Amino acid sequence: MIARIILGLWFAAVIILAFALPMSAHPSRWYELPVIPGLEEKARIVFFHVPAAWLSTVCFVASMVYGIRYLRSRSLESDTKSAVAAGLGFLFCLLATVTGAVWAKFSWGTFWNWDPRQTSIFALLLIYGAYFALRSAVEAEEKRATLAAVYTIVSAAIMPFFMFVVPRILASLHPQPVLSVQGKTEINTMMLALLLASFAGFTALSLWIWNIQVRIQRLELKQTPVFPGG
Amino acid sequence: MFVLGTTTIILFSIGGEGIGADVLSGMLWVVIFFSSMSGLSRTFVSEEERGTSLTLQLMATPAAVLGGKLLFNIVLASGLNAFVVILYFLLIAEFVLKTYSIFVLTIVMGSIGLAAAATIIAAIISKANTKGTLFPVLSLPILLPLLIAVIKLTSMAVEGVAFEEAMDEFQFLVAYIVVMVTVSYLLFDYIWKD
Repeated sequence: MIARIILGLWFAAVIILAFALPMSAHPSRWYELPVIPGLEEKARIVFFHVPAAWLSTVCFVASMVYGIRYLRSRSLESDTKSAVAAGLGFLFCLLATVTGAVWAKFSWGTFWNWDPRQTSIFALLLIYGAYFALRSAVEAEEKRATLAAVYTIVSAAIMPFFMFVVPRILASLHPQPVLSVQGKTEINTMMLALLLASFAGFTALSLWIWNIQVRIQRLELKQTPVFPGG
Repeated sequence: MFVLGTTTIILFSIGGEGIGADVLSGMLWVVIFFSSMSGLSRTFVSEEERGTSLTLQLMATPAAVLGGKLLFNIVLASGLNAFVVILYFLLIAEFVLKTYSIFVLTIVMGSIGLAAAATIIAAIISKANTKGTLFPVLSLPILLPLLIAVIKLTSMAVEGVAFEEAMDEFQFLVAYIVVMVTVSYLLFDYIWKD
């Protein structure tokens, strides 16, 4: 209960700060955000778009890991966890796509232009879509779990190709990753702190939703008789 | 029949207008994609429908079944694609190649890649309830990197790029095929023995 209130307050603070903090060309006071040339006020999307995109891939990996666990242990619990993670990942993937498209409309002048980043997130959306189409097409629980696990592993094996081939074939207009290894100068401490706070909030929120969903599914699993009519 | 149908539709939609080589090389792979989607999806479904899959499970090891199906799909895809390419050359006069070596290797490796991805997806859908419609849905995301690479290679062949410059893309195709075959080999046991 207390954790829930803290999470709510945390997110409220992140949202207010993300929109309220002033931006200046030469941030001198601790609360000022730097102006990134070419992005200006539109840079504020980074606090929501980047964590969502990050979580959509993390959830995908989590779904794959629980898929592997299912294939090893054959316990439906793992399959439930895998499916719930995929559902969450799909939600965040949609959020990242939509916020990215709206941002692109104002930055690039069009909602969609097949930028490499857009192509790879489109592929991720397709994979999630195919995953749920597969799950809905199989009735028997154990068969469904096996097929879904196999499909996540196959598609996870394909993901590196998207990261490798797509950026090489098409030039990207997407802003560079802010948290890159080289250590960027464009971002200051306040911006980094807020971004990390948003990351923490998003991660805690998704863990919480995931936990609730898994518990609900577990109860439903208990309610349905294992041998119907028997 | 399917190949003939799509090529005719493309010819009608072009309507005698001059059209870029890029678009033509893209459309070649659209025809190939859809014709393989209808052909390669039958691999395991036919076994399930005729009720022969149980016997196969008893008689052969999963690796042997997968290998046989994979080889069959490679032969089928190569034959299908050869047919598509011949038809495409005959019917579309604007489609002129400059680097034949790139094109031939692209078709061969594209066929192998298509067959490798299609085999594992076909094994998955043969256990599902709605078999026909699910196959394109599941294979499109898996085939997307392959399609992007082969379309790029085909337009290279049309533009007349030297063979050495296309090596990166071929390495990519080899990596794709190796990953697909390895993953299929590792996971096939789980699907097959259900």
